[in-house]
Amino acid sequence: MGAFMPNMSPRLRRPLWIALLLTPALLLMIGFVTLPILSAFVYAFYKWQGLARIGFAGFENFRLILFQPPFSTWTYNAFFHNLIVFVSLMVVQNGTAFFLAWMLSKGLRLHRFHQVSLFLPVILSTVIIGFLWKLFLNPLFGLVNQTLVAIGLASWAQPWLGQPSTALASLIVVNAWHWVGFPTLVYLAAMQRIPREILESAEIDGAGEWTRIRRIVWPLVAPATTIVVILTFIGSFNWFELPYIMSGLEGPPFHSTDVLGLYFYRTAFGTVSAALQDFGRGSALAVLIFLFILCISAWWVRILRRREIDL
Amino acid sequence: MSPLFRLGATLALAVSAAAPAFAAELTFWSWRQEDRAAYQEIIADFNKLHPDVKIKFEAFEPTSYNTILSTALAGGKGPDLIQARAYGGLEAFAKPGYFLALDKTMVPELDNFAPDVLAAESMREDGKVYAVPFATQTVLILYNKELFQKNGVNPPESWEDMIAAAKAFKAKGVMPFANGTATAWQNEILMGAFGPSLYGREFNGDLVSGKATFQDKRFVDALAKLTELKEHLPQGFTGVDYPTMQQLFISGRAAMIAAGSFEIANFRRQNPKLEIGVIPGPAAAKGGPRLVSLFVDGGYAINAKTEHRADAIKFIRYVATPRFGDLFSSKLGNISPIKGVKIEDGLLADVARLNASSSPYVMLVNFRYQEPTGSTLIQSGVQKMMAGQATPVEVGADVTKGIAAYYKPFQK
Repeated sequence: MGAFMPNMSPRLRRPLWIALLLTPALLLMIGFVTLPILSAFVYAFYKWQGLARIGFAGFENFRLILFQPPFSTWTYNAFFHNLIVFVSLMVVQNGTAFFLAWMLSKGLRLHRFHQVSLFLPVILSTVIIGFLWKLFLNPLFGLVNQTLVAIGLASWAQPWLGQPSTALASLIVVNAWHWVGFPTLVYLAAMQRIPREILESAEIDGAGEWTRIRRIVWPLVAPATTIVVILTFIGSFNWFELPYIMSGLEGPPFHSTDVLGLYFYRTAFGTVSAALQDFGRGSALAVLIFLFILCISAWWVRILRRREIDL
Repeated sequence: MSPLFRLGATLALAVSAAAPAFAAELTFWSWRQEDRAAYQEIIADFNKLHPDVKIKFEAFEPTSYNTILSTALAGGKGPDLIQARAYGGLEAFAKPGYFLALDKTMVPELDNFAPDVLAAESMREDGKVYAVPFATQTVLILYNKELFQKNGVNPPESWEDMIAAAKAFKAKGVMPFANGTATAWQNEILMGAFGPSLYGREFNGDLVSGKATFQDKRFVDALAKLTELKEHLPQGFTGVDYPTMQQLFISGRAAMIAAGSFEIANFRRQNPKLEIGVIPGPAAAKGGPRLVSLFVDGGYAINAKTEHRADAIKFIRYVATPRFGDLFSSKLGNISPIKGVKIEDGLLADVARLNASSSPYVMLVNFRYQEPTGSTLIQSGVQKMMAGQATPVEVGADVTKGIAAYYKPFQK
């Protein structure tokens, strides 16, 4: 380093050196993250023909996706499904995770083994999980239906992904199965930080298990809850890979598994067999999704942080 | 402009102008990775005529092909030769001026095509041709000849025959149809295979001239007939997706499948022993006309900004000749629309014969130019109807209402 800047004082050299090291990463971030986001903001205000901009559109693209059926119907339908996904994952995935973490934190026999097996699906790619579960749920030769038939519950066998009453729920369950290890680990780490003495003295004072969870564990893992809620929220509203692999770009059957991610992709890039490419509407949708996630996350972080202190 | 820059620019121009003399290499983009070997043979055959023009074939994943291609073209780059889609999929690229307009002085071989085939690769606004069509595809019913023979069933001609055949298969423990409705676009295929024979020859013309909508009795009745198929589809058909239905037919578990002719090559590759027969959708009444759905698959286009225009035209002229058509049909197992092409394969020749009595694949040909496309609407409509959650009348009304957003004749 001395060879490059022989006459510079060490006080100047250090910040320069730091800047030099940061520049490549910063340039990559700007080039591949910041600029695309900003360009989407610009694109949303234009009329497009394929990938060619053919004129300024003002708020027309926003009007179409928010107020003009069937585009607006699709937007609200998809948004509603994202909401269902978020709420269900909060209950099914994170609720399970909390209790699993509590059980694991007790250090019962084989808890290491259970900890690893819970976390194992998390490291698998969504593509593998989605593909496997799609096979499991196949109505004709899927593992799920064949098992049901084998144990005498043939009438429970369903075309799980083919009917609106079960399709989205199936995807949510698979998602929970895939990711439950992550919030479990977050909660477990938080629970292990709780000083043993507090729990023990509470027990001696006659607090039952439920009281201990509610009065001691739950408030003390509040920072973990903040992380879990925010990550689940962002994940739910950016949900794409799993429904894409397991149901398809159109969110079949008849849009009952459609979510904003799928709807955005279809709109912006089109599909081989039905939808046309429209960068204007696609970008407008992306901008709205981005702003929505940003605002709600920021607001929630504030509220949840305050809650951490209150609790 | 500095003198140095000007010098550099002149030099660059001189080099690029001189380039074709050094056997330029043209790039040719496609979404058909699986056809690579066949295209190498086709290019080798082209090089027998034009040894000086080198062509490099590059294939991309079909679902992201449009995105990759349009990104490259929008950046003023992209390949010299382009495999393009037809109808609305062509216009998306031709309208912004990415493709070179072709005419008969440039490509005299355009005379080798029927007008309605060229129309698929033309822009509706200016009527100009932007790509040379490479194949037509037919939507019809494929059947397993061996299963029909073994079970003593004849290929059905009328709807009544077909239901009887389906029942016969079911009694013998064979799935009558492999079709499921879980994959959206397969619902349009289902309607494409059965629809035309049910709603008749005139319906498409009446739609285009504005005399009929999708609420027309002929169309709604055809939809209603389709629901009669439900009990002959695989168990849990609403959850049977495209790969599953393909496998049901390929493995010989199902006797029939409503499908596109583009499946034939793939099915045979996966099970060379499979003996496939083709029939149009059965007639509504005995002795009535039977029609298949027909569409142009795509075409070969030239990048409007290519630096090798003359060489690119040489290739485009070649792919419009029967010499290419013969090779294309035999190597790729698809039906070339070029006049004078001899189709040697018996099954493909059968499909080509059925094409003589056809109706356009209605949504792709007429209503895939603007959003919401007719395809999007009919796909989820039929899916909903087959699941028992919409009536044929509702589907007809929904489709008409959706298209009315941009199609004047439906706005009444």
